[in-house]
Amino acid sequence: MKHEIIIAGFGGQGVLSMGKILAYSGLMEDKEVTWMPAYGPEQRGGTANVTVIVSDSRISSPVLSKYDVAIVLNQPSLDKFQPRVKPGGILIYDGNGIASPPTRTDIKVYRMDAMDKAAEMRNAKVFNMIVLGGLLKVCPVVSTEGLNMALFKTLPERYHNLIPLNMEAVEQGKQIIVEQ
Amino acid sequence: MTTDIIKPENLVYAKPALLNDTTMHYCPGCSHGVVHKLIAEVIADMGMEEKTVGVSPVGCAVFAYRYIDIDWQEAPHGRAPALAVGIKRLWPNRLVFTYQGDGDLACIGTAETLHALNRGDNITIIYVNNAIYGMTGGQMSATTLLEQPTATCPTGRTPELHGYPIDITNLAVQLEGTCFVSRQSVETVAAINKAKRAIRKAFEASMEGKGSSLVEIVSTCSSGWKMSPVAANKWMQENMFDHYKKGDLKDRTKE
Amino acid sequence: MAEREVRLMKGNEAIAHAAVRAGIDGYFGYPITPQSEVIETLAQLRPWETTGMVVLQAESEVASINMLYGGGGSGKRVMTSSSSPGVALMQEGISYMAGAEIPGLIVNVQRGGPGLGTIQPSQGDYFQSTRGGGNGDYNVIVLAPNSVQEMADFVDLGMNLAFKYRNPAMILSDGVIGQMMEKVVLPPMKPRRTEEEIIKECPWASTGHTKNREPNVITSLELRPELMEVKNKALQAKYEEIRNNEVRFETLHTDDAEYMFVAFGSAARVAEKAVELAREEGLRVGLFRPITLWPFPEKQLASLSKDKKGLLVVEMNAGQMVQDVRLAVDGSLPVAHFGRQGGIVPEPEEIVKALKEKLQ
Repeated sequence: MKHEIIIAGFGGQGVLSMGKILAYSGLMEDKEVTWMPAYGPEQRGGTANVTVIVSDSRISSPVLSKYDVAIVLNQPSLDKFQPRVKPGGILIYDGNGIASPPTRTDIKVYRMDAMDKAAEMRNAKVFNMIVLGGLLKVCPVVSTEGLNMALFKTLPERYHNLIPLNMEAVEQGKQIIVEQ
Repeated sequence: MTTDIIKPENLVYAKPALLNDTTMHYCPGCSHGVVHKLIAEVIADMGMEEKTVGVSPVGCAVFAYRYIDIDWQEAPHGRAPALAVGIKRLWPNRLVFTYQGDGDLACIGTAETLHALNRGDNITIIYVNNAIYGMTGGQMSATTLLEQPTATCPTGRTPELHGYPIDITNLAVQLEGTCFVSRQSVETVAAINKAKRAIRKAFEASMEGKGSSLVEIVSTCSSGWKMSPVAANKWMQENMFDHYKKGDLKDRTKE
Repeated sequence: MAEREVRLMKGNEAIAHAAVRAGIDGYFGYPITPQSEVIETLAQLRPWETTGMVVLQAESEVASINMLYGGGGSGKRVMTSSSSPGVALMQEGISYMAGAEIPGLIVNVQRGGPGLGTIQPSQGDYFQSTRGGGNGDYNVIVLAPNSVQEMADFVDLGMNLAFKYRNPAMILSDGVIGQMMEKVVLPPMKPRRTEEEIIKECPWASTGHTKNREPNVITSLELRPELMEVKNKALQAKYEEIRNNEVRFETLHTDDAEYMFVAFGSAARVAEKAVELAREEGLRVGLFRPITLWPFPEKQLASLSKDKKGLLVVEMNAGQMVQDVRLAVDGSLPVAHFGRQGGIVPEPEEIVKALKEKLQ
């Protein structure tokens, strides 16, 4: 199995760290992984994106033009990456601020109002974990256990007390994702 | 050796052991030979013959490595302090010094010079300032005095066209990293003795880890200045010392 | 900690970890995107407290390379890293190091040029790296990693080659390999050599003139042309030895291939994907990846090209390595070039399309 994933949104939404957690989760499950950010000034408030590939076999290009899964968290990212989802692939978007929703019918489109859910949980920082939960529900790139292990592995110990909250966010994400 | 026929008790002067027999390429009256001799003497006096690395510049002193029997590296133009930093940081128990002229140090190498001094790297910079490019044939340098004629300012340096003579040594005084900054000359016996003391103090400070040191030797270039050696010394005393004031400008070696 | 632990890190971070593990004595560098993680990671690792490795942020790339000159000239294992504009500044020092036969390792995480250009990935420095880059007749050993693992592995390899031949070596990477995270197994810890070992292994180095030898003078200067020619010929003989002994390359699906992509570094990763796509379409395509860009694997490429219909050289530049490919195969088969420039990474699909358009 190989999953070629693009995650895109505003800088500050946790796009790069979401990709990192996903890549680490793949590492926990002994898969091949690459994490390739569109680096540069984008990190400072513009749009940010990261390509994550999780695979059972050797990964060739870490940079792609077509994706199995696109997670788009703002309108510009939706507009840019909707055409780049492979036929039969998956597009997940956050409904917040989306004026022109996805139109393709040859892919599976999922909406999740993760921004609203994060606000409901009174913690904007768990937004990206909610989104990851949604992804795992519709496309189990890694297991929830792998994700949990990745958090233990990557977070400094002083933040380990926050892991249950993050895993709760993942569960919330699984519940709120809706096929369009 | 001529010393063989002299009774040891009567010996008043000998060529320093570290100066080899290679004939120097310097012009008659040039200060470089004297400065080389002082460095050779100080290294031997300190017993550092086997633990010294010199860095020679691009300029008249490029061949310094032919004359003093120590290990050397010959640097790209202006980069001697960077080489010295590379050596000294990796061999902290070695005595590492650069030997640079005003073209090398005060023109093309100001960045490397000031930053090495500012970092307090434990190196010594010996700076021979004769206010002209000697090796390439007497062109203006950044330290050429106003009104001084050179091949590239034949009617004399003017501030409108060429800016003002730069005093790196005074700049070095203000840098926190320097522990010893001195300006000397070598045209008289008394001056030579003072210059030797300054070089010794600088070398010792660098071995004691007290920071960077800079010893400027205000010098002549009779060929570039187009004067006899005697006239050049007189011109230096009457013109150079006015602008480049001699003395120990900073001494924190006792602190 | 287990030595064989699989880690996930950026190529730039892998360079830093590998440097500490390869017994490097000194790193001298200046920040520039997209490689600043190298010195940042070293600053976090604080190797001066463990292995004694010196890490110094210099005032410029010019100073960095000359610190390498000084440190390498005194027999120490020294390295720097930078990106294209910074490496351009270093060319004077690299030429001097080659002339004075000083070992040292330079990492170039390339970005698009010319000039200040862009901070996005590029391979525009192929000529600069493989043709010497500074003044005079000389070559630098150039290794082109295409993974984070190779970034880590090539630090020790590059440094060893530099010392074996007393010549600067370069890791020619780019923003993709520097910025991407991938799995990596860091090389085992190798102790730094003691001062006694260095003096014994590097009898040429300026470590202090002991009575048992002549003074060591590290210089590239020789004003007498007849002696300078002798010196140049000796350098050329050394380069010939490197050409004969140090060529490295990798092939993928070349046995049954009708066409081959030729690509290095991150372009080779994209070309590998293009091989997958082409084969899904029934096109028999393979990949030839030079690992040493100098010495270029010319004989090996010529030999593998014999039964092929054509080569497509894929680069992130306007066509640089393609010249070496054409020289290697000497007109025996069609050679085309596909390149993206200015910081654009080619897409696998457009590589396949270019193959069809240019060679079929």
